[in-house]
Amino acid sequence: MITEFTPYLSLGGGVLIGISAILLMAFHGRIAGMTGILAGILPPFSSDWAWRAAFIAGAIFAPTIFVMAGGTIPFAVPPSTTLLVIGGLIVGVGVYFGSGCTSGHGVCGMARLSPRSITATIVFMIATFITVYVIRHVIGA
Amino acid sequence: MKILTSLIIGAIFGIGIAISGMANPAKVLNFFDLAGTWDPSLAFVMGGALITTAIGYRVVFGARSQPLFETSFALPTNRKLDFPLIAGSATFGVGWGISGFCPGGAIPALGLGYSETFIFIAAMCVGIVLAGSLKSMVIRNTQDIPFTEK
Repeated sequence: MITEFTPYLSLGGGVLIGISAILLMAFHGRIAGMTGILAGILPPFSSDWAWRAAFIAGAIFAPTIFVMAGGTIPFAVPPSTTLLVIGGLIVGVGVYFGSGCTSGHGVCGMARLSPRSITATIVFMIATFITVYVIRHVIGA
Repeated sequence: MKILTSLIIGAIFGIGIAISGMANPAKVLNFFDLAGTWDPSLAFVMGGALITTAIGYRVVFGARSQPLFETSFALPTNRKLDFPLIAGSATFGVGWGISGFCPGGAIPALGLGYSETFIFIAAMCVGIVLAGSLKSMVIRNTQDIPFTEK
């Protein structure tokens, strides 16, 4: 499935993600990493769950409002439901032990030049490239 | 007030993710498909977010010794490149390549209302909770605490 190359929208979206990360640090002193924020509202619940739940609610409902206001967000999921369940479980376990994902390590941690985050980002990017190559060009799914 | 700012900052994150294409698994997977239908857009997302954050963090840490609402910045202090970091990150990469969703992309995608996102998030939350209980089990069984019963 071909997707349209969107350099300006993607760059603009990236800048907004960055602004969000800066504001969360300036106001709340927190890393804008979705893994850490989400894990705090799952069992065993973290005591400061309220700001986490608010951040997640904002992140969910902003795109809803954007679409209701007439914006379009292209969306398509090539993998099957079975693969989504398997992939979801693997992502959950991986980000927990890896202490972060694309937002926490890839953006916030790399921006702080954290050696752990730089290492994590290189490792998961390579693993993702290999996985997609194997699924699409070796197995041919 | 803390809740309101967090909600607004989360909304900025969600809009950024949504318009950038990170919430669209087809687009994410195409970024990683160099040998097929390659779409380089995600490099612009990561680049834009990283450069903006790097500059902004410098300004924030340079101007202030503490955040506006808290007494200190909550920054990770662990600097060890240990096995859980490497193995966990590699595992995450495999799951990202299988599904096309990462946590930061999937949460805003929930707001678009497609059932696939709900299925992925449910499985991911199960994975996070499972990993958490596995970790606390291992810690309980390996720690030598003579005063507590097993």
